[in-house]
Parts: sequence; C-alpha cells; structure tokens
Amino acid sequence: MTWIWSNLDLLWDRTLDHLVLSVPPIILSFLFAVPLGWLANRYRAGRGVILTASGLLYAIPSLPLFFVIPAVFGTSLRSPLNLIIALTLYGVALMVRVVADGLASVDTDVRQSAVAVGYSGWSIFWQVELPLAGPVLLAGLRVVAVSTVSLATVGAVIGAQSLGSLFTDGFQRGIQAEIIAGIVLTVGLALLLDGVLVVLGRILLPWTRRAPTNRRTLRVARMAEAPA
Amino acid sequence: MFTANRGRLAAVAAVAVGAVVALAGCASGDPLDSGNTTDEGSATLVVGSQDYYSNEIIAEIYAQALEENGFTVDRQFKIGQREVYLPEIESGSIDVFPEYTGSLLQALNADAAGGTAEETFAQLQDELPDGLSVLDMAKATDQNSWTVTQAFADKYSLTDIASLADVTEPITVGGPSELETRPYGPTTLTEKYGIPIAGFTPIEDGGGPLTIKALVDNAIQITNIYTASPNIKSDKLVALDDPDALFFADNVVPVVSDKVDEKAADVLNAVSAALTAEDLVSLNSESVNDELSAEKIAAAWLKQANLF
Amino acid sequence: MNLFVDAFNWILDPANYAGPGGIPVRLVEHLVFTVVAVLLASLIAIPVGFLIGHTGRGRSLAVATSGGLRSIPTLGLLTLVALWVGIGLGAPYVALTVLAIPPILAGAYAGFEAIDRSTIDSARSVGMSESQIVRTVEIPLGLPLLIAGIRSATLQVVATATLAAYVADFGLGRFLFAGLKTRDYAEMLGGSLLVILLALALEGIFTVVQRLVVPKGVAFGRPPVDRARSARPGPGMDPAITKGNH
Repeated sequence: MTWIWSNLDLLWDRTLDHLVLSVPPIILSFLFAVPLGWLANRYRAGRGVILTASGLLYAIPSLPLFFVIPAVFGTSLRSPLNLIIALTLYGVALMVRVVADGLASVDTDVRQSAVAVGYSGWSIFWQVELPLAGPVLLAGLRVVAVSTVSLATVGAVIGAQSLGSLFTDGFQRGIQAEIIAGIVLTVGLALLLDGVLVVLGRILLPWTRRAPTNRRTLRVARMAEAPA
Repeated sequence: MFTANRGRLAAVAAVAVGAVVALAGCASGDPLDSGNTTDEGSATLVVGSQDYYSNEIIAEIYAQALEENGFTVDRQFKIGQREVYLPEIESGSIDVFPEYTGSLLQALNADAAGGTAEETFAQLQDELPDGLSVLDMAKATDQNSWTVTQAFADKYSLTDIASLADVTEPITVGGPSELETRPYGPTTLTEKYGIPIAGFTPIEDGGGPLTIKALVDNAIQITNIYTASPNIKSDKLVALDDPDALFFADNVVPVVSDKVDEKAADVLNAVSAALTAEDLVSLNSESVNDELSAEKIAAAWLKQANLF
Repeated sequence: MNLFVDAFNWILDPANYAGPGGIPVRLVEHLVFTVVAVLLASLIAIPVGFLIGHTGRGRSLAVATSGGLRSIPTLGLLTLVALWVGIGLGAPYVALTVLAIPPILAGAYAGFEAIDRSTIDSARSVGMSESQIVRTVEIPLGLPLLIAGIRSATLQVVATATLAAYVADFGLGRFLFAGLKTRDYAEMLGGSLLVILLALALEGIFTVVQRLVVPKGVAFGRPPVDRARSARPGPGMDPAITKGNH
C-alpha cells in the first residue's frame, strides 16, 4: 500500500479526469433520452422501433465503437470527445426505455384531470407527467450514472486519461495496488454520483420523501431499477 | 403546487454545470483539448509517449530536461497507437516523442532491410515523411527478442534462435496479437530455421507480468520480451542470440516536429548521448520492482547524469 | 462507410471460417462463455433474490450491493484477477459473473415484489406452506421480470465477453484485439458486427422465451392491473382513454 501513499497526486488527477469524462455523458443522456422516450410513449409505432434501436445500441461493444465514432463524426481518435459521445450513446440506450416506461406509468386519471382543468399540451408534460414520472426517471438515471462511470475506464485503451489508465499501467508493471486503487476509486466515484442524484431527487421531488403509497408507481419504480 | 418548478431546476442545473466547469479547471492536462494546441506560446513543447511504462519514463526524462532548460512542456502520455501519434507529430500537435529506430522503420516500411544500428538509423531518416525528423539516437536499446527461461535453455543447450530446432517438445509461442504477423514472428521461425511451432497464444500485456508468468509456468515456451525488461534478470530468462539480425536494431531516438528548435534539439541530444542500455534496464527496474513513478525515476536519473 | 463494406467482406470471406481461429469456433466459444457466466451468476443471484423478494427483508442491502457490483469496472477486475491467476479463462469468468449478478438479482426480487400481495395472502389463507407459495405462486408470477433480468445480464455479458480475449485465446474478442493490434479495421469491425448479431439473436430468443414463460392470465409486459383502481367505464367514455396509455 505504500504505492498508494506515494502516488496520491496521480490518483487525484486521474479521478478528476474521470469525473470530467463521465458527468457530461450522464447529463447529455438524460437530455436526449427524455424527448426520445416521450416519442416512444406517444406514438405506438415509434415505440417498437425506438426501443429496439436502443437495445441494439447497447449491444455494441465499447472498444470498436471508439473507432467507429471518429469515422462517423470526424473527431480525432484520441479526443475525449470520442469517449463522451460513446458514453452518451450508451446512456441514451439505457435511459430511453426507462423514460418511456416512466411516462407510461403516469396515471391516466391524473392526466385527464389536468386536461380538464385546462393545462396545455406542453404544460402537461412539464408540470404533470415529468414530475410524476420523476422517481422512475431518477432510478434509471442512477443506473446510467453508475454504468457510465464504470464504462469510462475503457477509454484508457485509446489514450483518454481516466481512472482506467491505472488499470493498464498497473497491469503492465504488475503493480496490484495500482489496479486495486483504480477499482476502489471507480466504485467510490460511482457511489458518490449516485448519492448526488439521490439528494437531487429529494430537492426536486420533495413529495417522494415519503415512500410512495400508490402501489402502481411503486411497482413501476421498482421495475425501472430491475432489469436495466 | 408542484415544486419541480423551473426556477429550482434551473438553480440546481447551474450549480451542477458550475461544479463540473470548476473541476475541469482543476483536472490536469485539459481533457477537453483534442491535442491541436497550435496557439500556445512558442516556448511550449508537447511531449508524448507510448502506452508503455518504459517509454513513458524516457518521455518524462525528455520533458524534465527541456523544463530545466527553460521550455514549458505539455505532457500527453500513454497514446496507444503509432497510427494515432505519428500524424499528430506531423501536424505539429505533438512535438517530441521517444521512439525505437528499428520498430519505427518497420512500421513505416515493412520491407525495410535493416542491419546494424547505424544502417537502421540511416534508413529511418530516409523513410520519415516531411514534417517529421529524428535527432541523434541513444546507445540505449530496447530490442525485441526471442526469450526462453534459463531452465528451458539449459535443457536443450540453446544459444541462438536457430538452436530452437533442437527442441523436441512442442513449442507454443506467446505474445501480443501483432507478433503473429510480424516479420520476425512464428512463421519466419518455421520458414527460415525449420522450427516447428505448435501454436500461438495471444497475451495482450506487451511482455508484462502475464506473459512472464506464462513463460515461467511453461504454458508457453518462447515469447518476445524487450531486452530492457527488468524481468530478464529477475526471472532468470535468456534472450536468444540473433546472429542473422532477425530483429532490427532498436535504439531509443526522439522523433520531433518542425517546432523543435536548435536549443531544444541540443538538450535532447545531450540526453541521448548519456542514456545507455544498462541505464534503461535499471530505470525499468525502478518502475516495476520499486514501483516508483516515472516522475521520480526521471528526476533521479537527470540528477546523477548531471547534464545541465 | 467503406469501412463497413470491408467488414462485411471480411465476414463473408470463406478463408476466415477455417481452423481453430475461425469464425464458427470463436462464435461457439463466445456463446458458451456467455451461457456459463450467466448460469454461474444465476446460481448465485436467483436464490438470494427469491429470498429477498419472498421475505421482504434485506432489500436495501441488495440494492446497495447491486449498485456497488454494477460500478466495478470489468476491465479493472479482469486485470487484477489475471495478475493473480495468469492467462486463461479463470479471470474472465470471475469478472463477467460479477457483471451478470446485479441484473439477475434485481430481476429476481423485483419479480416477487411485483406480485399482488392479496394473491400471496390468499395462497396463505388457503393453507399453502411457504415453500409451496414460493414454488407454485411466486416463481411462476415472478418469472417475466426474472427473465427480463437474465436477458439484460446476457446482453451485457455478450458485449463485454470480448474482454476475455485480453487474457485468453478465446471468443469473438480475439478478432477485436487482433484487428486492433494489426490495424486490420475489417477484422475489428467484422468481429464487432458478429458480436452484435449474436446479441440480437439472443434478444430474439429471449423475447420468445418471455412470452412462453408467462402464465396464462397474467398480462405480459405491463404492470398487472391495479385492482383497487380498475377502470370503471362510465357511460360514453372512450375506451381508448380507459384502457390507459401503455
């Protein structure tokens, strides 16, 4: 463990690099997945297409994707933008299904009341459906956050510095402490972001501080956590 | 009624974005920079390295030597692929890169002739495209080699590569995937020396601990270990002699872009003049066995070399 | 896009089908590896998940452990175990089984939790023992979500099993790494396309399995209708509204 003490600054640098690489994809995945999930929910025909496409996307192995993206988008291979685009794609693939299911779980009675009271289409989405689907979306976003942090380590293979660089370097030099430190920091970072999202959820969705009494929402929220 | 109103959402979003931007400022080596740093001060040089710990140490030595002589250095280490960094050096995104004469020559021209260290160097200078040049090469070498364990060598009285033909048990070759198709690879062993090869086991750690372990456990019988590896001594391995120059000479040499001026070139040449093969082995040993960082190893070497 | 054309040509080239490193062999290796890893993960995760779902205890621990396991970077675990164990399949099996456990675990307990409590209560009141309840009521009803979990795990393992080739001469990942190291884009892309095709084929199989496995009378793919709030179509209400929007 002396290796860890003598290399604390390296570990700190890598952690920051990793943070900067993983947070934008999480935010971007959410921003892209919400409209796509809304589309999937709204249009029956679209649902099958969008959900299959996102399943397909998630099946693409990460390493080849890093090489295909520069060919398609014209980014430099070594550019962290490469990694961010790939991570966003995976995040969207995960999140779209969650958004679609979350929006679908909103009680039709509530939606009807909103229409009756006079909310316009846009407001219904922002002020009724989205907040009510909130807990489900949050659960999905937490899964996206954790898997993004974990997946970002693969970027080390193409030269994007991150906590993954600790694996390749430790592997080459046979330094187990380095790999263990990398794993612990990755897990720690993932749990940290997860915690941040939970706090965010409490701030933005204060009515969920009490456990939901509507069994249907509870059930769908748990389903969102389940197979993702 | 619903508190997920726009104001709150906007506030939280602003804090989140602000935090990420602040942290991006703290993160070392601007990760959002794609490497096209053309508008930096004229005294700033970009030093790169391969994704190989030994190469990183040499790059760090270059970087610290340049810094001691008044240059500002931007380090971009651990770049995986030659096909990635060579164009970047050509375009001026990277200025200094430690390379190995023979390997680089073969990468540029698979049919190159090779020969002695000087011949290899001369051919390399011919093959380099415009925008790239090499400075003086060092005496330090990090050769490819066909390596076996001492026990295996004793068992069959092996001396050079050709003597592998005397081995009676099946020979499995281990090493990185690209070894299979290299000009000095298993097919050449069979065609040139009549050595029957039973199989090829790919191991992607570049001659690292897994490869060593497989060799020592006799899961593979021969592999390609770089001659500067500290494991040759510590694990009692034998690099077979190569009288036919199957492997090109691989002297350490800095590849530089046009931005590197005379002053910088002198600094790098002074480093190359002082770097010997034994030095390289002990630098690597400090990294693998003593587990020191490239920074500390480079600083220590520069201090005892006392060049500036 | 002629990278993809090259990749297709590579897949169709008969030379790549011969020998121990050929496409069929690698496909089978990859498939077998996936099946075994998911099986191992199921052996661990399903009993635990069922226990949690049935007793209702330990859920937060399971969620936390799942989250923790999910965050372990597979490459990191793989390299670490490989340093201890050496080349071969030991390290990949460990790393990928760990990867597969969270979705299966979640599928197992979520499946049980989604069952209407009144169904369980009726079973109990009719006189079934706990094990009978688990076997004849909870497992059949919880099967759809469990299969969904196994499906998700399988997909992740298929995609990530390419990493097994980092430390072993095994699986479709060999095409990825060999292509990467020798700069043979056709091989690399061809290999990845094969992985994707394998994943899609497995997805298709799972879709069929999910439909077959759902007991009669249970709505497939949607949360079971909440009896307490069942739609009471009043006069003149459009059925499209009462049926809901899933």
